[in-house]
Amino acid sequence: MSEARPRGGTRSAPPVGLFVPCYVDQLRPDVGLATLEVLEAHGVQVDYPRAQTCCGQPWLNSGCTRDAAWLARRFVEIFRDYEYVVAPSASCVATLRGHYTKLLGGSADVCARSFELCEFLCDVLGVDRVEGRFAHRVGLHESCHGLRGLRQGGASERVGEPGSKVRRLLASLDAIELTALERPDECCGFGGVFAVEEEAVSCMMGLDRVRDHERSGADVVTSTDLSCLLHLEGLIRRNGAPLQVMHVAQILAGREAVAR
Amino acid sequence: MSHVERAADFVADAARAHWHDQALWFVRTRRDARAQEVPEWEELREAASRIKQNTLARLGEHLERFEERAQQLGARVHWARDAAEHNAIVHAILREREVTRVVKSKSMLTEECGLNPFLEERGIEVVDTDLGEYIVQLREEPPSHIVLPAIHIRKEEVGELFHEKLGSPVGLSDPTALTEAARHHLRARFLAAGAGITGVNFGIAETGGIVVCTNEGNADLGTSLPPLHIACMGIEKLVPRARDLAVFLRLLARSATGQAITSYTSHFHGPRPGGELHIVLVDNGRSEILASPEFRRSLLCIRCGACMNTCPVYRRSGGHSYDATVPGPIGSILGPARDARRHSSLPYACTLCGSCDDVCPVKIDLQSELLAWRRELVERGLASRWKRALMGMAGLVMRHERVYGLATRLARRLLAPLPRRLLQRIAAPWARGRDLPEIPSESFRELYARRRRRDPR
Repeated sequence: MSEARPRGGTRSAPPVGLFVPCYVDQLRPDVGLATLEVLEAHGVQVDYPRAQTCCGQPWLNSGCTRDAAWLARRFVEIFRDYEYVVAPSASCVATLRGHYTKLLGGSADVCARSFELCEFLCDVLGVDRVEGRFAHRVGLHESCHGLRGLRQGGASERVGEPGSKVRRLLASLDAIELTALERPDECCGFGGVFAVEEEAVSCMMGLDRVRDHERSGADVVTSTDLSCLLHLEGLIRRNGAPLQVMHVAQILAGREAVAR
Repeated sequence: MSHVERAADFVADAARAHWHDQALWFVRTRRDARAQEVPEWEELREAASRIKQNTLARLGEHLERFEERAQQLGARVHWARDAAEHNAIVHAILREREVTRVVKSKSMLTEECGLNPFLEERGIEVVDTDLGEYIVQLREEPPSHIVLPAIHIRKEEVGELFHEKLGSPVGLSDPTALTEAARHHLRARFLAAGAGITGVNFGIAETGGIVVCTNEGNADLGTSLPPLHIACMGIEKLVPRARDLAVFLRLLARSATGQAITSYTSHFHGPRPGGELHIVLVDNGRSEILASPEFRRSLLCIRCGACMNTCPVYRRSGGHSYDATVPGPIGSILGPARDARRHSSLPYACTLCGSCDDVCPVKIDLQSELLAWRRELVERGLASRWKRALMGMAGLVMRHERVYGLATRLARRLLAPLPRRLLQRIAAPWARGRDLPEIPSESFRELYARRRRRDPR
């Protein structure tokens, strides 16, 4: 897998392996592009190893552990030589950091060097302000795996936790207004295989989130996780809610919200 | 029927499902407020978790010590291997003393063992004296929550029930009036009872004492009036020292109902003068869980119900959708341990949001145990066939970059020209309630390749 190796940086910035999760790759490629652009705008040298497919999360979560372990080994093989791995998905990164050790029967140090985009900006690059403007009322959907898997912020049930990194980055944009939700971090009900298996509960959970965002006065819903967003978008469109979804990378990259 | 169908039934009554969700969310918010008042909350959880883990690591010793001390205090200690032995022991104690009327305070263990029907079949009247338990007993249904057994029933429905069963006036829905009506009826049962059965929240190894927490004082009344007290206790309920209660009592009520402490925290050290105290220690599968490293921590549970109140699935599907003695996240681990086939849908009734891990006062690794159960179910061939087949096929695609690239490109080509309505039908479980996302003409990898050709580095 020679193509998986980094090209050897000539710049001083750390060479980053860009991990674009399979569903982002297939369903909203612009989120991958936006991630790339945000990283490059911060002077990061980025490489996208073509051999990548999936981190194995869907298999892990459905109990097909053997397949998940195979994909985990494959993932580590592809990304092991990068100084950092960055992905526009808290959920996939939480799989690497939270579950690979068990899946692989030993720790892989590349996992500790893997970050969700906002996390990477805040914790590795030390960014506390993103240049740009986004003149919208934005509802932040804190993804469970970002909040409780990666601890990107304090979940409402925990005591003495710091504020959300994602929120802080978004708030630094000009003209943006972040709305206040009644339930700031309730699960949207996507849950991978749950979304189709427990369809009824999943849709009810999602619609409850949509209504909360609507009541908050948001016109854009954003998140670190496209999986949550696609589920919410499906419900928004089916129910004619006056909202649109954008991945946080798209907002940080300066994409315009499309008026619907 | 699996959790999926029962949950769909519950959700179908949207108004009720929303009301249920709100009622439990209210409890969760109260819990948050009480937890926030304790700055060392997270340390307290850690301490509780460690105490329980240490106790379980030497459970045999602690149990023997507990038995010895309890006997020194004058209690009789019985050991029950399983539910059948537990029921037989309790029945024998009652029969020997010719007791035919029993009042019982809340005990999930006796639910687990099916004690009520067992005794009733043998001519013994058992009255549940916890108000919520009393309501579900009158409705002849199991509790839907371990702390709030009747949380699924509206107060108007309780009014109708009481009118029908207790002859209270029509249209009663004021909680105070309803409680008054129940109290009036229960008082006579308390006075007539020959024995009081209670559960146990904590057994203390160093003293041989037991602690029962209630909000209604019903355990106290039920053990003060009749001369015979039978306390039914799972073997995992022990704490080593009395001072450990200082940790657990601060966590229990805050986690359970958002109270700083339960209204009554009753300590029983031996029988009261002239009375008898029997403690029945029950295993019923607990040793097996203890022997499994993967699921051992589920035994730390102090039955506070916080994982249910925070669970977004439980709140919207109702406790009965789990069809298990203990519902919700912890029940989805304990259920399959009892009968994996029957409860095979429970570990999947979860989005893995992780909120249960965060509220659990003894830090049970609920998410990872739920995942472990999913793996077990797949390995034992108990997970649904379509899931295994679909995941198996998709897994093969993901193993090779070229296959992945080709398969996804092909799928996009084939799907793109299909009419939207047909697509929605093909993807029914997703698309019945949700629109499908648009399928882009190019994937990221294709866009990236073009970009690199244009702008080689």
